Amino acid sequence: MDRRSRRSPLAAATGLGSAKDGAARWWAERVTAVALVPLTVWFATSIVAHSGNDYAAFVTWLRSPLTTSLMILLLIALFHHTALGLQVVIEDYVHSGAKFAAVIIVRFSCFALAIIGIVAILLIAFRA
Amino acid sequence: MNRKPTTPGPLAERRRPLSPNIQIYRPQLTSVLSIVNRITGVVLSLGAVGLVVWVGAAAAGRRPFDAIQGAITSWGGQIVLFGCTFAFFLHLCGSIRHLVWDTVRGFELRSIYISGWAIVAASVVLTAAAWIVSSFLAR
Repeated sequence: MDRRSRRSPLAAATGLGSAKDGAARWWAERVTAVALVPLTVWFATSIVAHSGNDYAAFVTWLRSPLTTSLMILLLIALFHHTALGLQVVIEDYVHSGAKFAAVIIVRFSCFALAIIGIVAILLIAFRA
Repeated sequence: MNRKPTTPGPLAERRRPLSPNIQIYRPQLTSVLSIVNRITGVVLSLGAVGLVVWVGAAAAGRRPFDAIQGAITSWGGQIVLFGCTFAFFLHLCGSIRHLVWDTVRGFELRSIYISGWAIVAASVVLTAAAWIVSSFLAR
Protein backbone atom coordinates (compact mmCIF):
# COMPACT_ATOMS: atom_id res chain seq x y z
CA MET A 1 0.00 0.00 0.00
CA ASP A 2 1.13 3.51 -0.72
CA ARG A 3 2.55 4.82 2.53
CA ARG A 4 1.76 8.41 1.63
CA SER A 5 -1.96 7.70 1.27
CA ARG A 6 -4.09 8.88 4.17
CA ARG A 7 -6.95 6.56 3.26
CA SER A 8 -7.58 3.51 5.41
CA PRO A 9 -7.25 0.07 3.76
CA LEU A 10 -11.05 -0.33 4.03
CA ALA A 11 -11.63 3.00 2.30
CA ALA A 12 -9.21 2.04 -0.46
CA ALA A 13 -11.02 -1.29 -0.91
CA THR A 14 -14.55 0.10 -1.03
CA GLY A 15 -13.53 3.08 -3.16
CA LEU A 16 -16.12 5.21 -1.42
CA GLY A 17 -15.52 8.88 -0.79
CA SER A 18 -15.92 11.67 -3.27
CA ALA A 19 -18.32 11.16 -6.15
CA LYS A 20 -15.32 11.85 -8.43
CA ASP A 21 -17.35 14.07 -10.72
CA GLY A 22 -16.28 17.39 -9.18
CA ALA A 23 -13.75 18.17 -11.90
CA ALA A 24 -16.27 17.38 -14.66
CA ARG A 25 -18.79 19.79 -13.15
CA TRP A 26 -16.15 22.47 -12.66
CA TRP A 27 -15.10 22.04 -16.29
CA ALA A 28 -18.70 22.10 -17.60
CA GLU A 29 -19.26 25.36 -15.70
CA ARG A 30 -16.24 26.90 -17.49
CA VAL A 31 -17.17 25.54 -20.92
CA THR A 32 -20.72 26.91 -20.65
CA ALA A 33 -19.32 30.23 -19.35
CA VAL A 34 -17.02 30.53 -22.36
CA ALA A 35 -19.96 29.76 -24.68
CA LEU A 36 -22.20 32.25 -22.89
CA VAL A 37 -19.82 35.20 -23.28
CA PRO A 38 -20.42 35.63 -27.05
CA LEU A 39 -24.01 34.32 -26.93
CA THR A 40 -25.22 36.68 -24.20
CA VAL A 41 -23.33 39.63 -25.66
CA TRP A 42 -24.97 38.91 -29.04
CA PHE A 43 -28.40 38.63 -27.37
CA ALA A 44 -28.04 41.82 -25.32
CA THR A 45 -26.77 43.75 -28.35
CA SER A 46 -29.66 42.47 -30.50
CA ILE A 47 -32.25 43.38 -27.87
CA VAL A 48 -30.81 46.88 -27.55
CA ALA A 49 -30.74 47.21 -31.36
CA HIS A 50 -34.43 46.23 -31.53
CA SER A 51 -35.55 48.74 -28.89
CA GLY A 52 -38.96 50.15 -29.66
CA ASN A 53 -39.73 47.52 -32.30
CA ASP A 54 -43.19 45.98 -32.44
CA TYR A 55 -44.26 42.32 -32.42
CA ALA A 56 -43.92 41.85 -36.19
CA ALA A 57 -40.34 43.15 -36.20
CA PHE A 58 -39.37 40.91 -33.27
CA VAL A 59 -40.89 37.84 -34.91
CA THR A 60 -39.14 38.61 -38.21
CA TRP A 61 -35.85 38.82 -36.31
CA LEU A 62 -36.52 35.60 -34.36
CA ARG A 63 -37.48 33.74 -37.55
CA SER A 64 -34.16 34.22 -39.31
CA PRO A 65 -32.19 30.94 -39.27
CA LEU A 66 -29.18 32.57 -37.60
CA THR A 67 -31.29 34.03 -34.77
CA THR A 68 -33.17 30.75 -34.29
CA SER A 69 -29.92 28.78 -34.07
CA LEU A 70 -28.21 31.25 -31.74
CA MET A 71 -31.29 31.45 -29.49
CA ILE A 72 -31.38 27.65 -29.13
CA LEU A 73 -27.64 27.56 -28.37
CA LEU A 74 -28.15 30.39 -25.86
CA LEU A 75 -30.99 28.54 -24.09
CA ILE A 76 -28.97 25.29 -23.86
CA ALA A 77 -25.80 26.94 -22.55
CA LEU A 78 -27.75 29.29 -20.26
CA PHE A 79 -29.79 26.62 -18.49
CA HIS A 80 -26.88 24.19 -18.28
CA HIS A 81 -24.82 26.94 -16.63
CA THR A 82 -27.76 27.97 -14.41
CA ALA A 83 -28.30 24.39 -13.18
CA LEU A 84 -24.59 24.00 -12.36
CA GLY A 85 -24.34 27.38 -10.64
CA LEU A 86 -27.51 27.05 -8.56
CA GLN A 87 -26.49 23.53 -7.51
CA VAL A 88 -23.19 24.87 -6.12
CA VAL A 89 -25.04 27.64 -4.25
CA ILE A 90 -27.50 25.11 -2.78
CA GLU A 91 -24.74 22.69 -1.77
CA ASP A 92 -22.84 25.49 -0.05
CA TYR A 93 -25.72 26.93 1.99
CA VAL A 94 -28.33 24.18 2.46
CA HIS A 95 -27.17 21.46 4.81
CA SER A 96 -30.43 19.68 5.63
CA GLY A 97 -32.24 17.02 3.66
CA ALA A 98 -33.88 19.84 1.72
CA LYS A 99 -30.61 20.05 -0.21
CA PHE A 100 -31.47 17.04 -2.34
CA ALA A 101 -35.01 18.23 -3.00
CA ALA A 102 -33.70 21.68 -3.94
CA VAL A 103 -31.07 20.29 -6.32
CA ILE A 104 -33.66 18.04 -7.99
CA ILE A 105 -36.13 20.93 -8.34
CA VAL A 106 -33.40 23.13 -9.86
CA ARG A 107 -32.38 20.37 -12.30
CA PHE A 108 -35.96 19.65 -13.40
CA SER A 109 -36.81 23.34 -13.70
CA CYS A 110 -33.75 24.09 -15.81
CA PHE A 111 -34.46 21.15 -18.14
CA ALA A 112 -38.12 22.16 -18.43
CA LEU A 113 -37.39 25.85 -19.03
CA ALA A 114 -34.76 25.08 -21.68
CA ILE A 115 -37.21 22.79 -23.52
CA ILE A 116 -40.08 25.29 -23.25
CA GLY A 117 -37.83 28.03 -24.60
CA ILE A 118 -36.53 25.92 -27.48
CA VAL A 119 -40.05 24.78 -28.45
CA ALA A 120 -41.22 28.40 -28.40
CA ILE A 121 -38.33 29.47 -30.65
CA LEU A 122 -39.06 26.59 -33.07
CA LEU A 123 -42.78 27.39 -33.10
CA ILE A 124 -42.00 30.97 -34.08
CA ALA A 125 -39.45 29.86 -36.69
CA PHE A 126 -41.61 27.23 -38.42
CA ARG A 127 -45.08 28.74 -38.14
CA ALA A 128 -46.47 29.26 -41.60
CA MET B 1 -21.77 20.66 13.61
CA ASN B 2 -24.12 20.14 16.58
CA ARG B 3 -21.47 18.62 18.85
CA LYS B 4 -22.26 19.03 22.55
CA PRO B 5 -19.70 21.05 24.53
CA THR B 6 -17.45 18.77 26.57
CA THR B 7 -17.05 21.11 29.52
CA PRO B 8 -20.29 22.27 31.14
CA GLY B 9 -20.67 25.87 32.22
CA PRO B 10 -22.12 29.16 31.04
CA LEU B 11 -19.35 29.73 28.50
CA ALA B 12 -19.48 26.30 26.92
CA GLU B 13 -23.27 26.29 26.67
CA ARG B 14 -23.24 29.43 24.61
CA ARG B 15 -23.56 28.90 20.88
CA ARG B 16 -20.08 29.23 19.52
CA PRO B 17 -19.72 31.19 16.27
CA LEU B 18 -18.83 29.21 13.19
CA SER B 19 -15.85 30.15 11.08
CA PRO B 20 -15.71 32.03 8.71
CA ASN B 21 -17.65 34.55 10.71
CA ILE B 22 -18.54 37.03 7.99
CA GLN B 23 -20.31 39.40 10.39
CA ILE B 24 -17.06 40.58 11.99
CA TYR B 25 -14.92 40.86 8.87
CA ARG B 26 -14.56 44.28 7.27
CA PRO B 27 -16.04 44.05 3.77
CA GLN B 28 -13.34 44.32 1.13
CA LEU B 29 -13.56 44.65 -2.63
CA THR B 30 -12.38 41.04 -3.02
CA SER B 31 -14.95 39.50 -0.68
CA VAL B 32 -17.77 41.78 -1.85
CA LEU B 33 -17.17 40.95 -5.54
CA SER B 34 -16.98 37.26 -4.66
CA ILE B 35 -20.46 37.22 -3.14
CA VAL B 36 -21.73 39.65 -5.81
CA ASN B 37 -20.83 37.10 -8.49
CA ARG B 38 -23.01 34.55 -6.69
CA ILE B 39 -25.89 36.93 -6.03
CA THR B 40 -25.92 38.17 -9.63
CA GLY B 41 -25.85 34.54 -10.77
CA VAL B 42 -28.98 33.80 -8.74
CA VAL B 43 -30.64 37.02 -9.97
CA LEU B 44 -29.83 36.08 -13.57
CA SER B 45 -31.38 32.64 -13.02
CA LEU B 46 -34.65 34.49 -12.39
CA GLY B 47 -33.87 36.61 -15.45
CA ALA B 48 -33.52 33.38 -17.46
CA VAL B 49 -37.03 32.41 -16.36
CA GLY B 50 -38.17 35.83 -17.59
CA LEU B 51 -36.46 35.17 -20.94
CA VAL B 52 -38.45 31.94 -21.39
CA VAL B 53 -41.68 33.72 -20.44
CA TRP B 54 -40.89 36.42 -23.00
CA VAL B 55 -40.07 33.92 -25.78
CA GLY B 56 -43.12 31.84 -24.84
CA ALA B 57 -45.33 34.92 -25.07
CA ALA B 58 -43.88 35.71 -28.49
CA ALA B 59 -44.74 32.16 -29.60
CA ALA B 60 -48.26 32.44 -28.16
CA GLY B 61 -49.08 35.44 -30.34
CA ARG B 62 -49.32 39.19 -30.54
CA ARG B 63 -51.73 39.69 -27.63
CA PRO B 64 -49.64 37.83 -24.98
CA PHE B 65 -46.44 39.36 -26.36
CA ASP B 66 -47.85 42.89 -26.10
CA ALA B 67 -48.99 42.12 -22.53
CA ILE B 68 -45.44 41.06 -21.58
CA GLN B 69 -43.96 44.07 -23.36
CA GLY B 70 -46.42 46.25 -21.46
CA ALA B 71 -45.22 44.76 -18.17
CA ILE B 72 -41.56 45.26 -19.15
CA THR B 73 -42.08 48.88 -20.21
CA SER B 74 -44.02 49.72 -17.03
CA TRP B 75 -42.27 51.55 -14.18
CA GLY B 76 -41.67 48.43 -12.12
CA GLY B 77 -40.68 46.42 -15.17
CA GLN B 78 -38.07 48.98 -16.16
CA ILE B 79 -36.54 48.92 -12.65
CA VAL B 80 -36.38 45.10 -12.72
CA LEU B 81 -34.91 45.13 -16.24
CA PHE B 82 -32.33 47.74 -15.20
CA GLY B 83 -31.34 45.58 -12.23
CA CYS B 84 -31.07 42.55 -14.50
CA THR B 85 -28.92 44.51 -16.97
CA PHE B 86 -26.50 45.60 -14.24
CA ALA B 87 -26.45 42.07 -12.77
CA PHE B 88 -25.78 40.68 -16.24
CA PHE B 89 -22.79 42.94 -16.91
CA LEU B 90 -21.38 42.38 -13.40
CA HIS B 91 -21.67 38.61 -13.80
CA LEU B 92 -20.27 38.74 -17.36
CA CYS B 93 -17.24 40.85 -16.40
CA GLY B 94 -16.79 38.88 -13.18
CA SER B 95 -16.82 35.61 -15.09
CA ILE B 96 -14.19 36.87 -17.54
CA ARG B 97 -12.07 37.79 -14.49
CA HIS B 98 -12.63 34.28 -13.13
CA LEU B 99 -11.68 32.69 -16.47
CA VAL B 100 -8.43 34.68 -16.46
CA TRP B 101 -7.77 33.47 -12.89
CA ASP B 102 -8.33 29.90 -14.10
CA THR B 103 -5.22 30.32 -16.25
CA VAL B 104 -3.29 31.10 -13.01
CA ARG B 105 -2.79 34.74 -13.92
CA GLY B 106 -3.56 37.96 -12.08
CA PHE B 107 -3.37 36.70 -8.51
CA GLU B 108 -1.05 39.43 -7.19
CA LEU B 109 -2.88 41.63 -4.67
CA ARG B 110 -2.37 44.68 -6.90
CA SER B 111 -3.73 42.86 -9.98
CA ILE B 112 -6.73 41.62 -8.01
CA TYR B 113 -7.67 45.16 -6.97
CA ILE B 114 -7.08 46.56 -10.47
CA SER B 115 -9.23 43.84 -12.12
CA GLY B 116 -11.83 44.22 -9.35
CA TRP B 117 -12.31 47.95 -9.87
CA ALA B 118 -12.09 47.41 -13.64
CA ILE B 119 -15.10 45.07 -13.69
CA VAL B 120 -17.10 47.45 -11.48
CA ALA B 121 -16.32 50.37 -13.80
CA ALA B 122 -16.94 48.31 -16.94
CA SER B 123 -20.31 47.08 -15.62
CA VAL B 124 -21.45 50.62 -14.82
CA VAL B 125 -20.32 51.93 -18.24
CA LEU B 126 -21.85 48.99 -20.18
CA THR B 127 -25.16 49.22 -18.29
CA ALA B 128 -25.34 52.96 -18.92
CA ALA B 129 -24.38 52.51 -22.60
CA ALA B 130 -27.02 49.80 -23.15
CA TRP B 131 -29.77 51.94 -21.63
CA ILE B 132 -28.75 55.16 -23.36
CA VAL B 133 -28.54 53.50 -26.80
CA SER B 134 -31.78 51.61 -26.15
CA SER B 135 -33.75 54.72 -25.14
CA PHE B 136 -32.27 56.61 -28.10
CA LEU B 137 -33.35 53.89 -30.57
CA ALA B 138 -36.79 53.47 -28.99
CA ARG B 139 -37.77 56.99 -30.01
